[in-house]
Amino acid sequence: MGRYTFLEDVALADCAVELEGRSLDDLFETAAAALARLMVDPGTLTITVERTITLESAELDMLLYDWLSEMIFLKDRDSQVFPHARVQVSGQGPYRLAAEVQGGTIEPGRTALGADPKAVTLHQFALEQVPGGWRARVVIDI
Amino acid sequence: MKITEGLRGAVRRVDDCVWEIPAEAKPGMLVPARLYASGSLLEQMDDGVFEQVTNVACLPGIVRASLCMPDGHWGYGFPIGGVAAFRADTGVISPGGIGFDINCGMRLLRTGLTEDEVRPRLPELIAALFAAVPAGVGAKGFVRLSGAEFRQVMVQGAGWCVARGYGWPEDLAHIEGQGCLAGADPAHVSPRALERGMEQLGTLGSGNHYLEIQVVRPGAVHDEPVARVLGVDGPGQIFVMLHCGSRGFGHQVGTDYLKIFDRAMPQYGITVRDRELACAPFRSKEGQAYFGAMTAAANTAFANRQVITHRIREVFSKVFGRDARALGLTVIYDVCHNTAKVERHRVDGRELELVVHRKGATRAFGPGEPDVPADFREIGQPVIIGGSMETGSALLVGTARAMAETWGSTAHGAGRTMSRAQAKRRIWGETLIKDMQARGILVRAASKAGVAEEAGFAYKDLTAVVDTLHRLDISRRVVSLTPIGNIKG
Repeated sequence: MGRYTFLEDVALADCAVELEGRSLDDLFETAAAALARLMVDPGTLTITVERTITLESAELDMLLYDWLSEMIFLKDRDSQVFPHARVQVSGQGPYRLAAEVQGGTIEPGRTALGADPKAVTLHQFALEQVPGGWRARVVIDI
Repeated sequence: MKITEGLRGAVRRVDDCVWEIPAEAKPGMLVPARLYASGSLLEQMDDGVFEQVTNVACLPGIVRASLCMPDGHWGYGFPIGGVAAFRADTGVISPGGIGFDINCGMRLLRTGLTEDEVRPRLPELIAALFAAVPAGVGAKGFVRLSGAEFRQVMVQGAGWCVARGYGWPEDLAHIEGQGCLAGADPAHVSPRALERGMEQLGTLGSGNHYLEIQVVRPGAVHDEPVARVLGVDGPGQIFVMLHCGSRGFGHQVGTDYLKIFDRAMPQYGITVRDRELACAPFRSKEGQAYFGAMTAAANTAFANRQVITHRIREVFSKVFGRDARALGLTVIYDVCHNTAKVERHRVDGRELELVVHRKGATRAFGPGEPDVPADFREIGQPVIIGGSMETGSALLVGTARAMAETWGSTAHGAGRTMSRAQAKRRIWGETLIKDMQARGILVRAASKAGVAEEAGFAYKDLTAVVDTLHRLDISRRVVSLTPIGNIKG
């Protein structure tokens, strides 16, 4: 998996995260892990749920926006968080995502809760190819 | 957003606690930016504020100036504390000027109880409130709604709740817009927003959202005649303050329309300096659709705070063995701080219809305004400013100066000075909970880390913010409230 770093001095009340991946697939998988870490302590989540997620977007960066927004949506609708993902991104526009995600349902009293993300913002939102892989910056409204 | 060097240097003092960045400071600015702050609060504002308040000044149809209140800090799109009015006929509406938590707001309830009566039962009261008002990630509410009922909530707001027994008829008069803003249109709400929010009515959320038991300390009533009108009896009296919004429903409306506006801007020839400022003409198809959906979310937030009020009354009634009416649990006021509303204001001597965006800013209408409840019309609209969970909050009233100067707007809180990560590095959540308990503030939280993020030292000094508002006369301080119990997400 790639690397994620929470940034401290961007949008004080919210959460900025920088994502790095060896490939696009890796970056999207890292993004899911970072978001899950923001919401819960994954060590306190019992992995019981598997889902298949497919998404399509005309723009590659908005595919990442949709991917993270989908995770936030599932947190609210189903009380489920997904720290693990196997992602395949394909296409040249439209771009397609096919993912198998693994996670669990939040259990009050057992799951150590973190922040409750509201949405992915487009503030400083960036996805770019860099030497050795891909990098993204995302600010999440908390 | 790349921080533009020199913007802070371009700030000029134009009056006591009023600062301006001229429209020449950045290419594309249509109006100046105005910051309302003492010298000290201005220094504490981060560079993001100056960048964002000037970015807003570039948006089409903005009138007079892009404003930032004394609690301003770096947000997304607009700064937190940002206020901007756009001509309804030629200007834009921007989801980034409202925030994803549409109609996040404050509600304050008075009680007829004193600290002497409440303190011995405080652990029981806090535990019962924590159980009755679900908080934190993934929480579900107790109200079960069909899709048709949820659409009714979107249109009727707090009135829907009162009609079903979740509140008292007189509550509605003490809510901004009577708890039901005109223009809500469920037809412009996505099925995903419906699915996401349907089970969350009556939940608190997390982050800086809270439910707090507060007391008036001796010397904390700053204006006795006005305080009496608002239902403040004096020192020792207990209050309940609530801070929450439209939950996942509003967040999804914001997400849906940010994408729609991001795609729609080229057809209107609009470019923005930050994609989070994506906007569309207010009178366009997209602008009207968003306004309908956003207002639906705003009404749902009123309903959320109304349902929680019902739960608070149930809990107090059970713990103190008396009917909530006998306990005097009445709503002082409920006010939004994340909205865009169509309002009429005087511009250059004539009345104009404006779309007033308030992002982390509170409406503060002055005495005599028809939108102020009849029983408060002589003193001005109540303004509820939430401070940190350690230091307290404040009740103020709106002024005529606010009507003339800030589109009837004021600050909404203390304003952060420190990131969440920095706050967590300085103190453990459990340590802070113990420290606060030793100081007489009982805390129950769904997330211990979340408690550390909301430590008092992560915020500006609320007194400095309130003093500045009072000095500016864009709202007048009435009473300071000190926490003794706090429920957090």
